[in-house]
Parts: sequence; structure tokens; C-alpha cells
Amino acid sequence: MDLSNSHLLDDAVVCTKVDAVINWGRQSSLWPFVFGTACCAIEFMATAASRYDISRFGAEVLRFSPRHADLLVVAGTVSYKQAPILKQIYDQMPEPKWVVAVGACASTGGFYDNYTTLQGIDEIVPVDVYVAGCPPRPEGILDAVVQIQKQLWREPTLKLRDHSGFKGKLDE
Amino acid sequence: MNSTAHYQPLLERFEAASFTVMMGEIPMIAAHADHLYRMVEHLRDEMGYAMLLDITAVDNLGFSHPGSSRFEVIYLFRHADFKRTMGLKVKVGNIDVGLPTISDLYGSADWLEREVYDQYGVPFAGHPTLKRILNHLEFVGHPLRKDYEITQGQYCTQTQDMMDEMKPLLDARGLEMERDNLMILNLGPSHPASHGTIRTLAALDGEKIVAGASEIGYLHRGFEKSCENHTYNQIIPYTDRLNYCSALMNNIAFAKTVEEMMGLTLPDRGIFIRVILAELSRVIDHLVCLAAGLLDMGGQTNYWYLFNPRNDAYDFLSKLTGARLTNSYMRIGGMTHDLYEGWERDLENVLKKVDKGIAESLQMIEHNRIFQDRLLNVSPVSAAEAIDHGFTGPNLRASGVPYDLRFASPHYYYDTFDFDMVVGSVGDTYDRLMVRFEEMLQSMRIIRQAAKNIPGGPINVPHHAVTMPPKKAVYTTIEGAMNQFKLVYEGVKVPRGEHYGAFEAANGELGFYIVSDGSGTPYKVKVRAPSFLHMAAYPKIIEGYQVGDAILTLGSLNIIAGEMDR
Ligand code: SF4
Repeated sequence: MDLSNSHLLDDAVVCTKVDAVINWGRQSSLWPFVFGTACCAIEFMATAASRYDISRFGAEVLRFSPRHADLLVVAGTVSYKQAPILKQIYDQMPEPKWVVAVGACASTGGFYDNYTTLQGIDEIVPVDVYVAGCPPRPEGILDAVVQIQKQLWREPTLKLRDHSGFKGKLDE
Repeated sequence: MNSTAHYQPLLERFEAASFTVMMGEIPMIAAHADHLYRMVEHLRDEMGYAMLLDITAVDNLGFSHPGSSRFEVIYLFRHADFKRTMGLKVKVGNIDVGLPTISDLYGSADWLEREVYDQYGVPFAGHPTLKRILNHLEFVGHPLRKDYEITQGQYCTQTQDMMDEMKPLLDARGLEMERDNLMILNLGPSHPASHGTIRTLAALDGEKIVAGASEIGYLHRGFEKSCENHTYNQIIPYTDRLNYCSALMNNIAFAKTVEEMMGLTLPDRGIFIRVILAELSRVIDHLVCLAAGLLDMGGQTNYWYLFNPRNDAYDFLSKLTGARLTNSYMRIGGMTHDLYEGWERDLENVLKKVDKGIAESLQMIEHNRIFQDRLLNVSPVSAAEAIDHGFTGPNLRASGVPYDLRFASPHYYYDTFDFDMVVGSVGDTYDRLMVRFEEMLQSMRIIRQAAKNIPGGPINVPHHAVTMPPKKAVYTTIEGAMNQFKLVYEGVKVPRGEHYGAFEAANGELGFYIVSDGSGTPYKVKVRAPSFLHMAAYPKIIEGYQVGDAILTLGSLNIIAGEMDR
């Protein structure tokens, strides 16, 4: 088949499902909002730089407004003082949205089992993928993106993602 | 130099004061609360102690010094010759009254006193804004008190609007929000250019900042409290996460301080390895600072040029230590293991790449009009101001103060290496960035010399009470097994006493004030974090400049939240 032939698809009809088309698009254009707080955020920077190059997975359009993003990457320790801010940012993101907890701190509080540190962000927001490591290597963060892509593929696009089962510590 | 004679006039004038020395020969004068203010004034004006290094407190509950009161506040000063250090110790008689503030004598005292108030509940009478700084405002109690349970977290439901701090600033300048048509801009704590979680509130007149206030503590992770329930070696991984851009350097600074308390000197090979890794960390730290700072400016290509060699350095470090970022390679009395075979080649490769990255980046910015226009004369800090703010490291040197601990108190053979101190002139954003470029080149000179001359031999001090026995001995002899068991369970025991040790880290003077009760766990650890004081000055130095300038100034100060908030 000659792909350079621009008339190739002229008369063609492609049959597929809406879900498949939309998810195909979503999958390859995740826009992350990086809630980077600590050491793990530095490794996220490395993930975005040319060596590891997150754009190979279509997720290089880092958004710094939660309104523009659909992937919340929480990289670093989240303290109790930060928890309301994390929640606000999560709430400001439009659906559909996914959350990755990067590193031990975001996942469980890590080795900061003390008076300042939230023992895992899943006390505040629902988490889709956890990444182990302190900090995880950039490959680990890339793997999380791939995991989200796989998850997303199975989700119906015409229904909102259901978070009704989740009640965070800061939800009234 | 630190003899009693130097302090005699002070001791005569304030009779209630008494002279002691900490471990490591630093004088510590016990003062009476009533004399505190006048004594500090005397120290500053008559005796030349120009810089207030740190303020902290000790809670003596469960550590009964005969006749001591529960709380003591410790002040550390540095002389204008940058060689002499001294401490003042004041008992807090009545916790409700506290101590008089010295925030009008030293700019750096402002935030330091707030921290003591927040963590220990010691109030400072007359302080302009005595409110919590690291913990959130809904927090009840004072976490560093010995009777505060370490795991007792407290949820925070609201953020503060900070207008209680902004309002007096505006009043002092005769400004009014409505009348003068001002706007409040909130930068952070989650902001791409805030380099971590730092929040700054700026009152704007058009684009110009007329008053600023910063809020920190978002990354307060309880380092100091955690130290009180871990053994000295277990603390090493926590130190990694202070300034996580140069983790090894924090390891070294902490280990060195503890070794000083124990009177240990590393074998030469160990020292050389530390020098090489400390300087490599400095290079990495500056690379990250510059890459991010230039990225904020829109110079994205610089980010790739500077970040990629850093990745090469991390390849080397992960080969050596097993981790890229958080290496935990040092131990009290040495390090986990020796360098691997062929390290020289790998290291030289890294240096070559760094050289190339720096050259490429400099080529783009050195004679670049935009770069200069945006940075020259932006937020300059004079030498006197820098000292008053407690600046150290590249930020202080940028202001033209030739102070570097590697020169001022030579250790680790720094006096035998051939390298230059890098000093700026006016302390503007340009100087702060360019000093870092040059410092990387100097650090690489040190690394190359050290790598060439590194001696053979052991890397750890040969003491059973400090260094782990070889694995073979642990598995085959009862002595070895017991030795390992005791070191793991009880930790390295540090003699009773107090000590302040400092190291020229990438961001400045990283100091540890440690109180030991003789056990394997420190009674108290306080970090003198350079970023904390740099940040305290930040809202003041951005005044009069534009928002875009403020972003670059923040980048040039290289605030690392992990170190600042601890
Ligand atoms: S998981 Fe480890 S590296 Fe990541 S933020 Fe926490 S302490 Fe830092």
C-alpha cells in the first residue's frame, strides 16, 4: 500500500467505536499537571528532559493550570499544610482526570511518619497509579504514564469517571 | 583566637554571664535573659560579631542538667572576620514571658525567632510578627517539645490569606490598597516558577512590586524531630533530603559534624573521596539551579544543555552508590564502600560533559543582550545587607564578600588544592547566577586534582565502635556478629555535649547544632539551613522590581524547599 498516496482514504469508511476513537486521542495526549513538592519533583524534571523524554509517550505538554490538565502527577512529600492546596487543585481539574502518586511520600508518607506529613495523598484525593521508589527512577514515572494509558483504554467516554466511592479527609 | 581574653570585657560588663566552650572549641557564653538584648548589641557593635548564624532552643525535659530551666535558647554568631564563631545560651525563666526579640539588631533574627516560637513555644517580646512559620496556623502545640508525640499529625483545612503580614507592610509605606489602586498577586505555593512549594504575596502597583511577604513551611517534614528518634547513621538518609539537589554534600556535612564530636579523623583516602563527591555535588546543584533559572527566563535550550550533563553525573553516582538522587553513601566515620574500579574514567567523562554543557550555555548567554538586560542590577544586595540577612555561600559571595568555609576554616585538605574563590561585585541576580557558573569550573579543578592525587588505603576510621565489621567477620565470628548487632541496634555512641559544625555546601553554610546525651541517638539536632535565611530576605529584596524580575531573583537565590523547611 502506498501511504504517500493522499487519496488513499478518500472514499474509505472506517468503522469503530466512539470510545475507541476518543480514548485513542486521550491516551496519546495526556496533559500532566505536576504537583511537584520535593525531591521526587527533581526526578520528574529529569523525566521531562531530553534523556528520558516524556514526549515519547505523548505527555510532554505540561500544564501549570489545573484547568488545562487531565493527569495530576503528585511528585514529592505532601504535608498537612499542603493538603488543602492539593485538594483545591484536584477539584479544579475538569473530568476526566487521573492521579499518579510518585514516590514513597506521595503514596504513603514515606519515611516521614511524623507530625507534618500526610500519610499518603489518597487520604485527600483518589489515586489511580502509585509509583514505588524514593525517588523512583525516571523510568518508573514513565511506566506510570503507560499504566494510566492502559487503564484509560478500558474506560467508557460517555460516562463520567466514578469517584463516588471515595471520601477524602478534607471532604466535608 | 577564641580564648577567654577576647571575651573578658564582655564577661566583666555583664557579670551574670559565664564562659564555657562547646565541643570543637566554640565558646558558648551563658547569659541572663535580662541582659540578652544589651549583650547582643555589645557583640554586634563592640566585638564585631556581624552575622547571626542561627537561633534555636533546647527542651531540657528528660535531660536534667542540674538546676537548669526547661527551655534554653541558643544564639550562634559569626565574627566579621568570618573565622570566629560563638554561642550565647539563655535560660527561659518564664515561658509565658519568653525572651526579648533581637530582630531589630539582626535582619536574620526575624524568621529564626518565629521558628523557635513555632517549634518550642518560646515567645519573643517585641517581635513584629510573631506567628507560626513552619507549621500551619491550625496547629495546636509545639512539635519540638519533648512531650509532643512525633506521630501526632494535625489536619489543616484552610490556607491563610497573609493579609495580616501584608497590611503592616503597606501601612509602613503609607500605601492603601483601594486608594493607590494596588493589586495583590499570589505566587505559589503551587506555581511553576516557585521552585518547590513556596508562596509569595506581592502587592503590585502596575507591574512593580511595592511590598512582598513570603510564606514557607509547605515542605516542613519534621527532620529535626525525626532525628530525635533515629540513630546517627539512620539520620543519614534524612539528610539526603534536605538539599536534594546535592544530597551527598548533606551526608558529608552531617557525618563530619558528628565525627568532630567524637574526635574522629578520616583516613586520607576517605577524605579525598568526600572532597571529590562534595565538589561533584556542588556542580550538580549549580547545574540544576542554573538550568531551572534560565528556563524561567525562557532560555529553554540552556535547560537541555545543563540538565543533560547532570544526568551523566547521576549515572556515575548511581554506579557508585546505587541511587541517582538520594545516595546515603556516607556513614559516621567514613562511607559504605570504596570507589569502584574504573571510576576515574567515568568521572573524567562526566567532567568533560559538564565542561561542554557549561561552554555551550555560556556561549548563548554571556554576551546576550536579553540575558544581561533582564539580570543586571536586578535586586542587588549590598555586602552589609547580605551579612545582616545571614546570607552565605554563592549568594553572599555574589555580593562581594569573600567568605567561603573552604578557605576560612580549612578542612579536608582544601588548603592544599589549587582553586579560587569566586566573588561577585554588586550582588544582583546576574552576579548570583554567574558566580555559580564560575564556581562549577573551580569545583571541577578541585575534583581533577583530588582524583589525580587520591591516596590508597582504608576509607573508614578503624574503630569497632564506629565502623561496621567486614561481612566475613559478622558471619563467621561471634565478636563480629555482636559488633554489628550493637552498631545497628544502639548506633554509634556520641559523647555527651553540644557542638556546632558547619560545611560549605552548595547553597552556603550548612550547619548542624547537635546536642548529645551520650547515647546513640541525638538529643537534639538543629540544621542551619542557608536557604531558610535566603528566603527570609527574598520578599525584601524584590521590592521595587517587577514580577518577572522577582521570578528570576528567586531562581538565582536557589531556594531548595527541603533544606529551607526541613
Ligand atoms: S519519596 Fe523520597 S525522594 Fe520522593 S519526595 Fe519523598 S523523600 Fe523525596
